[in-house]
Amino acid sequence: MSAGIDLQTSFIELLQGYGLTPGLAKVVWMPLPMVLIVGAVTVLALVSTWLERKVSAAAQQRIGPEYMGPFGLLVPVADVLKLLFKEDIMPAKTDPWLFSLAPLLVFIPIFLSFLIVPFGQNLLISDLNIGIFLWISLSSIAPIGLLMAGYSSNNKYSLLGGLRAAAQSISYELPLALAVLAVVMMSNSLSTIDIVNQQSGYGILSWNVWRQPVGFVIFWIAALAECERMPFDLPEAEEELVAGYQTEYSAVKFMLFYAGSYANLVLSALMVAVLYLGGWGFPISVSAIADWIGVSETTPWLQVITASLGIVMMLFKAYLLLFIAILLRWTVPRVRIDQLLDLGWKFLLPVSLANLLLTAGLKLAFPVAFGG
Amino acid sequence: MNLAEGVQFVSFLVLSAMMIGAALGVVLLANIVYSAFLLALVFISMSGMYILLNAGFVAAAQILVYVGAVNVLILFGIMLVNKRQDFVAIKNAWVGRAATAAVCIGLFALLSTMVLATPWAISDLRPIGDGAIVAIGKHFFTDYLLPFELASVLLLMAMIGAIVIARRDFLPDDLPGDSPEPPVLTLPERPREAITAQK
Repeated sequence: MSAGIDLQTSFIELLQGYGLTPGLAKVVWMPLPMVLIVGAVTVLALVSTWLERKVSAAAQQRIGPEYMGPFGLLVPVADVLKLLFKEDIMPAKTDPWLFSLAPLLVFIPIFLSFLIVPFGQNLLISDLNIGIFLWISLSSIAPIGLLMAGYSSNNKYSLLGGLRAAAQSISYELPLALAVLAVVMMSNSLSTIDIVNQQSGYGILSWNVWRQPVGFVIFWIAALAECERMPFDLPEAEEELVAGYQTEYSAVKFMLFYAGSYANLVLSALMVAVLYLGGWGFPISVSAIADWIGVSETTPWLQVITASLGIVMMLFKAYLLLFIAILLRWTVPRVRIDQLLDLGWKFLLPVSLANLLLTAGLKLAFPVAFGG
Repeated sequence: MNLAEGVQFVSFLVLSAMMIGAALGVVLLANIVYSAFLLALVFISMSGMYILLNAGFVAAAQILVYVGAVNVLILFGIMLVNKRQDFVAIKNAWVGRAATAAVCIGLFALLSTMVLATPWAISDLRPIGDGAIVAIGKHFFTDYLLPFELASVLLLMAMIGAIVIARRDFLPDDLPGDSPEPPVLTLPERPREAITAQK
């Protein structure tokens, strides 16, 4: 397994060539990946809103956005401009502090979680040792923001929506974490890089989805519920709750909720790709191809191609999952709140516990196949 | 002092100020919802302290357990309890307050003397850092097995208790002696007699 391109080391060495001290060079480097990822995530979230419009139109036999740019690609930009210039209305009886703080509390943890999303061996902001656990613990902050939004709006629909959102988010956190735990048990590490490397042995055959089919389904359902996507979008069920905790929000604050929900969806899709679909891995192992055509794996041009292929594969997998999520939203009816909680507590939780137990047993019985 | 140390020092000051300020807010604010939200801030600053101490896993666990579970539970408790009770001014309320203040000041004095009296031996071992998860796991299943298992049993008991309480098969519709008044319906969609039936 080659290390691949390490942009950080090369960049710092380049700056040191210009006579900067190593410390200063690192300071210059540090903001670059962060800004890059924040920008990239914003673009990815905008693209997914466009995809949502197009796929929903196709599902309803419409054309969808058409005239703003090619295929209506500029619609998200127009959306953002509209929301930025709209008047920021704060209803009279709200609690101004909590009302302004709530969208940030929902938005910031989601963007912070992109810290650990890898696009290649060295293409991530920080290979933290606690990796995937950071994402789980950060996503547990969201219910506080939702409760805050519901409470501070001073509106019965908002309060009910906020309580529902928090209840849903807590209920589905457990199966989600247990499904992740089974994967972590197989790869012996919480780090996202290790989880992907453990799946990279035999191309598509060694992906976790074959070894953890139950975990994959549980994780996907729980991730959809965490993102409040359609079969589970009860907090915003229009017929019952107007728009749930978002009812009183407008302009920039609404945009934070909106961007946050799509960024969360992109994040969940990327996480499914990392945990179950081999991350940035190509379906056929790249080192095998390199062997086959007789090129050394450390050749610079091959490394560049591998890295670009990794990013493309990661985005391809994520957007495939995103497409499925959007298709689900426009074709599946919403569940009731009691069905939602029943599914979470009485079905997914026991099944994920059994899956964990089975994984542990298989790991002891077949250490070769299940990461001994 | 190099850059890393400077950043650590400044973060330490900011986190300490945040934690103390938020903790004071939890105690002193009159609005209980504010107190609950500020408690989350206290926990988050505490997890920041853990990060400064190179204990990333403990920091993440702190957020998951205290912010994600305990604090949300407190908020649910506050928002779902619908107890309507008229506020009655208690006579001599200051006695209770004075007693509380005395107990708090006493505890504070006790703890400060403890802090000042203990000879703090700062270990010069390297912080375990990234190996923490493995070390914690080994401790849980060897020398700390009994507390770990006891905590699990305690949580199991609490869970069964919660299920038993939540699974009441009958709900008392109206309490005896509490004569139900017909609710006054004001919305336009209230049931009413058809216009043709009025004549």
